[in-house]
Amino acid sequence: MARSWRDTFELGESAEGAGVGEGSSDRESGRGLFRRLRQSLSKSRQALQAELGASLFEQLDDEAWERMEEALILADVGARTTAEVVGRLETEVEGGTLSGGEAVRERLVELLAEAAGGDDARIDLRARPAVIMVVGVNGTGKTTTIGKLAWHVRNELDLSVIVAAADTYRAAAIEQLEQWSERAGTEIVRGSPGGDPGAVVFDAIAAAQSRDVDVVIADTAGRLHTHSNLMAELAKVRRVAAKRLDGAPHESLIVIDATTGQNGLRQAQAFAEAVELTGVVLTKLDGTAKGGIALAIASELGLPVKLIGVGEGLEDLRPFDAREFAAALLAE
Amino acid sequence: MFDQLSDRLAETLSGVRSRGKLTEADVDRAMREIRLALLEADVNFKVVKSFTETVRERCLGAGVLDSLNPGQQVVKIVNEELAELMGGASRDLAFAGSGPTVILMAGLQGSGKTTACAKLAKLLAGQGKSAALVACDTQRPAAVDQLVTVGQQAGAKVYEQGTDRDPTEIAEWALGQAKAAGDDVLIVDTAGRLHIDEDLMDELAAIRKRTKPHDILLVLDAMTGQDAVNVADAFAERVDFDGVLLTKLDGDARGGAALSVKAVTGKPILYASVGEKLDQLERFHPERMAGRILGMGDVMSLIEKAEEVSDKKQAEDLERKIRRQEFTLDDFLQQMRQVRRMGPLGNVLGMMPGMGKAVRQIRQADVDDRELDRLEAIILSMTPAERARPQLIDGSRRKRIARGSGTTVQAVNQLVKQFGQMRKLMAQLAKGKMPDPQQLGLR
Repeated sequence: MARSWRDTFELGESAEGAGVGEGSSDRESGRGLFRRLRQSLSKSRQALQAELGASLFEQLDDEAWERMEEALILADVGARTTAEVVGRLETEVEGGTLSGGEAVRERLVELLAEAAGGDDARIDLRARPAVIMVVGVNGTGKTTTIGKLAWHVRNELDLSVIVAAADTYRAAAIEQLEQWSERAGTEIVRGSPGGDPGAVVFDAIAAAQSRDVDVVIADTAGRLHTHSNLMAELAKVRRVAAKRLDGAPHESLIVIDATTGQNGLRQAQAFAEAVELTGVVLTKLDGTAKGGIALAIASELGLPVKLIGVGEGLEDLRPFDAREFAAALLAE
Repeated sequence: MFDQLSDRLAETLSGVRSRGKLTEADVDRAMREIRLALLEADVNFKVVKSFTETVRERCLGAGVLDSLNPGQQVVKIVNEELAELMGGASRDLAFAGSGPTVILMAGLQGSGKTTACAKLAKLLAGQGKSAALVACDTQRPAAVDQLVTVGQQAGAKVYEQGTDRDPTEIAEWALGQAKAAGDDVLIVDTAGRLHIDEDLMDELAAIRKRTKPHDILLVLDAMTGQDAVNVADAFAERVDFDGVLLTKLDGDARGGAALSVKAVTGKPILYASVGEKLDQLERFHPERMAGRILGMGDVMSLIEKAEEVSDKKQAEDLERKIRRQEFTLDDFLQQMRQVRRMGPLGNVLGMMPGMGKAVRQIRQADVDDRELDRLEAIILSMTPAERARPQLIDGSRRKRIARGSGTTVQAVNQLVKQFGQMRKLMAQLAKGKMPDPQQLGLR
């Protein structure tokens, strides 16, 4: 089972003592949401049960191994990570520790889930205010993710939120975040178009401190990781945040579009160098893309996926479930 | 990561070179490298499979086996086949005989449609066509505001009716407005949609039916992975798009998705977006894309880039100098300064033949502009004679140059050596010869 929202965050003691029940809406709608995720993950594919039919794992000939690799490559896992994972499985099978096709298939899912970094990585909200910075290349869904995240933090965790509209570059990005913050019912600190993004984040943290707001979520302008001046700007935003509040930002999440191919690894690498990433949000998993690049990012850079996006609605942001993700990678 | 296919092939076939003949086993080994390179470039798995089969057949042909330089031949064949696949039946935008030409823009969320609309308007304005935009993305918050803003920046009229009306009606209304106003072109921005979202795909089909666009462009992110074929297939089936506008090519994605889409749908790539500024949309050059997917340089792109920044005569001089190996350190310095005006360093360097490894080193060392400052300082510490004829630079001159530029003798050595190799390589490429893969590494 997927984790609940509360399990997804590392909360300070005060918040835990606040006695908010196990995410109420999780309980009630959890199954519905979950079914939705599964539907979206399997849309226009076979159902999960049919993933690389069990018979494939019964007779492990060259063709079977090749088809496993093919499935992973088609899921954007990448040649290298695919070879690693399938190679490990092959060794174990040769070692004779696995018996039966079902056991082999299970083991492959397990290995993939491990490579994806498992799902015990939490979002650290212990600090007050806790500052989350959201970064990524253009068009991955940063602003949308922030809208949804703010809503969940407010509604599932009962924490107050300020969103910082520090994407001062893209036309109407501020207006877009404004609309999301209205839907999510949070405050917003906005700069002026073309203004200094660092100043917006600084002001947002200051506002949170003076008004006792729990969480600050900062939006940043999308930028290609190859533009070194823009990456330097991002590093500066981070430094400015740290100047206002020691240890901030406590989380720096990169948003990766599930349709992204092998370039995603380079994106994560470059952003990690600029702002010390703490995790990945994998968006647009409601399409046919499976987001296998997140597995490559986790296994090569040690950056865990913390959240996934499965739609445009406020509730379409989910905790990451490594097993489910791994199983979906193999679905044809 | 940034391995160049040519580097790898050189390694794979290094044993072959001395024997001078390709066996079937050699070809298979080479195909493995090519397959990996293409997969790393995000070319679809199935496309890769059929592509390597074609190339394999050709490589096993007699001409290749008898050739003196099998490694080069393989690279050449791959490049040719790739260019063939990328190119083929290209087309221009179709313009209406009378009344506004309607261009419908479609694509996934975040592919860059709205920005592409404004860029296209600006590009068409440069060709003397007045282009208006219409905001039919009523889904994404503030998408209309964004189009209005970028439209203004591009100097294009924007028709909008907020987000409460049906996009189909807005499009139809705008077409009436554009007709009345005598706009040459009407570019329709639509909401990003998943190709499996039936409702939104229906809506797109409806907009198409009502506005009867002359051109439908699929806006595709150059960083897209294996899923590109599913997306392109679905859009082709529902709206039968005419061509592709490839975005975010200013990143370092190899852009194999472009190849997949072309191979699967047969639709040509028409435009490429190469930067954040509104004038950074250009016609797509299939032959360059082949080089990019393979991670190989392209001397033509470099020369044309230089042409844009400098004047034409200078560019012609440059091309002649490259051909005759008269390219001097002064020219290099001039180029470097122009390059710095062209934008991101890795981008432009990536286009210079044989610079792949240099780009990698620069990335690894986390130096970019400072490194260029250093190179500039070294060259500026040379006498004019030394810059024209680097072979003059002996030990004591090196010491002097190192002192003058505040660098080390090693740094000077490296620059002189790399410059010499680059000069040879550029001359070869400019003459249309395939470079010796060993040289591409600039060892």
